[in-house]
Amino acid sequence: MPAVPETLDAVQAATESGYKWGFSTDIDMELAPKGLNEDIIRLISARKNEPDWLLEWRLKAFALWQTMTEPSWAKLHHPPIDYQDLHYYAAPKRKPGPASLDEVDPELLAMYEKLGIPLKERAALAGVEQPPQVAVDAVFDSVSVATTFRDTLAKAGVIFCPISEAVQEHPELVRKYLGSVVPAGDNYFAALNSAVFTDGSFVFIPKGVRCPMELSTYFRINARNTGQFERTLIIAEEGGTVSYLEGCTAPQRDENQLHAAVVELVALDDARIKYSTVQNWYPGDAEGRGGIYNFVTKRGACRGARSKISWTQVETGSAITWKYPSCILQGDESVGEFYSVAVTTNRQQADTGTKMIHIGRNTRSTIVSKGISAGRSDNTYRGLVRVLPRAHGARNFTQCDSLLIGDQCGAHTVPYIESRNPTAKLEHEATTSKISEDQMFYCRQRGLSQEDAVGLIVNGFCKDVLKELPMEFAVEAQKLLAVSLEGSVG
Amino acid sequence: MNLAVAPAAPSLLETRAAAFLARHEGLRARLPGDAAVRAEGAALFRAAGLPGPREEAWRYTNLRALAEIDFHEPLVAQADCAGLLARLPAIDAPRLVFVCGRFRADLSRLPDGVEVVTGAPASAADPARGRLVALNAMLAEDGAAIRVAAGVDAGTLLLASLGIAPQGHAVAFHPRHAVELGDGATLTLIEVATGTGTYLHNPVLSARVGAGATLTHLRLQDEAEGAFHLSTVQAEVAERGSYDSFALALGARLGRMEVHARLAGARAAAHLNAAQLLDGRRHADFTTVVAHDAPATASRQTVKTVLSGAARGVFQGKIEVARIAQKTDGYQMNQALLLSPDAEMDSKPQLEIYADDVKCSHGATVGELDGEQLFYLRSRGIPPDIARAMLVRAFLAEALDPIAHEAGRAALEGAIERWWQRQPA
Amino acid sequence: MLKIDALAASIEDKDILRGIDLAVPDGEVHAIMGPNGSGKSTLSYVLAGRDGYEVTGGTATLNGQDLLAMEPEERAAAGLFLAFQYPVELPGVNNANFLRTALNAIRRARGEAELDAVQFLKLARAEAKRLSMPEDMLKRNVNVGFSGGEKKRNEVLQMAILRPRIAILDETDSGLDIDALKIVAEGVNALRGPGFSALVITHYQRLLDHIVPDRVHVLSAGRIVRSGGPELAHELEARGYADVVAEAA
Repeated sequence: MPAVPETLDAVQAATESGYKWGFSTDIDMELAPKGLNEDIIRLISARKNEPDWLLEWRLKAFALWQTMTEPSWAKLHHPPIDYQDLHYYAAPKRKPGPASLDEVDPELLAMYEKLGIPLKERAALAGVEQPPQVAVDAVFDSVSVATTFRDTLAKAGVIFCPISEAVQEHPELVRKYLGSVVPAGDNYFAALNSAVFTDGSFVFIPKGVRCPMELSTYFRINARNTGQFERTLIIAEEGGTVSYLEGCTAPQRDENQLHAAVVELVALDDARIKYSTVQNWYPGDAEGRGGIYNFVTKRGACRGARSKISWTQVETGSAITWKYPSCILQGDESVGEFYSVAVTTNRQQADTGTKMIHIGRNTRSTIVSKGISAGRSDNTYRGLVRVLPRAHGARNFTQCDSLLIGDQCGAHTVPYIESRNPTAKLEHEATTSKISEDQMFYCRQRGLSQEDAVGLIVNGFCKDVLKELPMEFAVEAQKLLAVSLEGSVG
Repeated sequence: MNLAVAPAAPSLLETRAAAFLARHEGLRARLPGDAAVRAEGAALFRAAGLPGPREEAWRYTNLRALAEIDFHEPLVAQADCAGLLARLPAIDAPRLVFVCGRFRADLSRLPDGVEVVTGAPASAADPARGRLVALNAMLAEDGAAIRVAAGVDAGTLLLASLGIAPQGHAVAFHPRHAVELGDGATLTLIEVATGTGTYLHNPVLSARVGAGATLTHLRLQDEAEGAFHLSTVQAEVAERGSYDSFALALGARLGRMEVHARLAGARAAAHLNAAQLLDGRRHADFTTVVAHDAPATASRQTVKTVLSGAARGVFQGKIEVARIAQKTDGYQMNQALLLSPDAEMDSKPQLEIYADDVKCSHGATVGELDGEQLFYLRSRGIPPDIARAMLVRAFLAEALDPIAHEAGRAALEGAIERWWQRQPA
Repeated sequence: MLKIDALAASIEDKDILRGIDLAVPDGEVHAIMGPNGSGKSTLSYVLAGRDGYEVTGGTATLNGQDLLAMEPEERAAAGLFLAFQYPVELPGVNNANFLRTALNAIRRARGEAELDAVQFLKLARAEAKRLSMPEDMLKRNVNVGFSGGEKKRNEVLQMAILRPRIAILDETDSGLDIDALKIVAEGVNALRGPGFSALVITHYQRLLDHIVPDRVHVLSAGRIVRSGGPELAHELEARGYADVVAEAA
């Protein structure tokens, strides 16, 4: 969701409801029948014309999933999810993978326009200052509907395409890396995703290539009673560098919708992957009706020496967020980072954090988490830092701060700190506070409205995280924070 | 999804739990004390069993080693206590001595101005809060009920537990104590647990601290090399009262000290400080839950762990703040020093907060001795082993220094000194 | 006498000292001056035996004893004292206890009787008073919460109590105001005489107005490029390092 003026306007233009992305779009859809069984998986695989190995991989994941139970350790409460009451495949009719933007359904283009997502490659005008260009992969329910700037990227050697297309065009790469970071049986939701994933993005940065522009995927859930199960795979070979952005919205609907994504990152020697997310799925209404259940497994493997994976997330949406972007620091001197802002209001529940697994020597990790709870929400940071015996000289620094707005919400911090190497040095700090009356008074005495003052203070509270976002994203994230907290004070 | 699963063979933990239940069946008619509490404990334990590693609260402390052992009746009559008594700190104070969980009047000296009742388990603790509390409730044979009347300064009282198990005869005992301080009362309770042989010591102590009262609770876990020490304290503090505790763990094969403190009245306070010094293959776990259930309550925790050999240290500390507990001030610091490549530290500090006008924070560090500091000391002529000892002591000082009771602090420092001396240079 | 011959040392394979020759006879005070990065601090750390520095050649002896073969505490016992540029904070370690432990370790190594707490305190109080240091500084934790000036004075107090044969003052003047500078200088001057020598490492001539050196050496790129009397310090101050170093080259 890169910021263009339209997006900012969309954020600013207050509608009567709090969620500005809640419209739905009438698109002629192909829907698989409700329910989950081997036949549905075969149907998904067949629709995507997949090779046998991938179908088998899906079926194996499905078999595993059937033996598993939903994890219960998170501080989350929701009615049981009926996995048989969902559509596992929903695609706009017309071709699943349009060859060019001209073939994309104009209704869809209009919808993305309304969301502020530029699906047009603007021609550069001579002598005119252009905003930074961003390549976008737009995923609509179960399929990718458009990917921009592919030619420019191809010239640099970068592959950026829907994963369904990568299965056709680059099967050797997909087969080598798919499930190598998050195995099919990793956890309940990862197993479900492995069985039924429909689309997502594939990025391959060859050796020594610095990706010439930001890459971005925009996820949109539109159809009713549909789960979205996207799968993203990003590989940076030796010395490759990429910055990837992800944004998400969904229409405002009364029922809960399930989103169970898997993101895998692989960084070889000296590679750098920066993965930024602004998650703004529909959070449900003030009474907690509706909203997305967001169960996501994101993990990066720093396989190579001196590789670096950096996760930055701004989580404002979803009724439930269950998400722990993690780093496996295998390569010596590899670096993992996790910067997070999670805002919960109304009845939202977020249980989010990270895992930093130090395996290689002199590996370093940094965790900065800012949780803001308002309304009747619950916001939990849950994080693991584990140092294995071989990780000589490992370092971790963790800072976790919570801000409570109002006395009906909860803020929780659950770190796990495990060290098996004496030369490792781990530091963890956590604080909980509220916006002080002095701060509020000072701001208001200087003429700020109550809400502007809160926005200002909250943005200050989150500064260490927001500064990690690519600039256009950061501006938008700031607006989003202010909008999310509207009406929380007073 | 209905896969037919063959009934699994009972696990070690299940077998051990069944043995404890069988013991309860055999003894329940004969054991003294409140039968209803005993029955409640048994029902809870039957339903839940011994905690396993899949349970969140027990993820770092595995009772498998305990489950492998067959525990028998203590053979108290044969016990020779002289050697163990000599290990108790030389503090001039009245003392209550329990041998294998049973009160021994002949070894004790009762205090003045404090009501002490023994001969049956004291039963204020809630068996529903913890599996081992339930186990204790169903098998407890004895305990001390200690009452200090309102306004009385009761001085110092020593509560000693001696565990004695002959070779080849592991024993288990589950004493159950209750301490109650009336409004404005004060008491320093120094609790020492030591012993010889293989045994399970599973004491439960409930403490009720009245309004404006102060209970200082100093504890030394210096159990036998082969012992299991699983203790639970449930403290409840009324307004302006204070539960002030320090626990030092340096014995036992596997130890876990659980402290639950509930700050029930406004401006109540709790200090839950601890130090764990572990060598060899010892495992020690200090687990705390502080519940701030009233406004303007304060809690402070400083927990230090020093690990050598292949020892494993665990700290779990949770601060809970209820909606009503505005103006809570909660602070927790836990730090661990790893002196050996085979040591392991697992730490889980936790905040659970439902009030907005609070000041809560925690910090945790894990690492080795600071090389820069070590060099500074050595450059001043101090040999490395002394320099290391100095830095370890300095590391522990932050937790020990707040102990105002001089004799108590000296006893704990003496134990640390002895621990340090048994370390290879 | 401190004698250094062709001393070469590196950090992480980077050569810092490239052959230092220097002799500080008993009773003399020498100054080492040099631009940033010339190796001044490295020289002090190598002589004191800090980890991470690899001696790649040469020798350093104190009264004939091979310093480089000794552990840091053995060097201290042999009479070498380093006043740190950045004194280390030791939370939880009481200053008096720290000093007594150090003094007694050194005395033990020298075959002298240890001081008991009362004897030690008497000595420490007297020295603290002489250096105009508040007595409560002895009760505080080593360097914790000390101002920059207090830390440096604490280093000098330690020096006064431990009575080294050679003191290396590593930029002790940095961060000191003029009053503190005088106190530090007086502390060093009071020890001057037979049985004590000093190596004063500094960037500026200011400290040398108060501790007048017998000899001044200019260190550049890991070598001593020029030596002279106290007037050399004034020349450096007037002309700058670049000029003097270039001329020497």
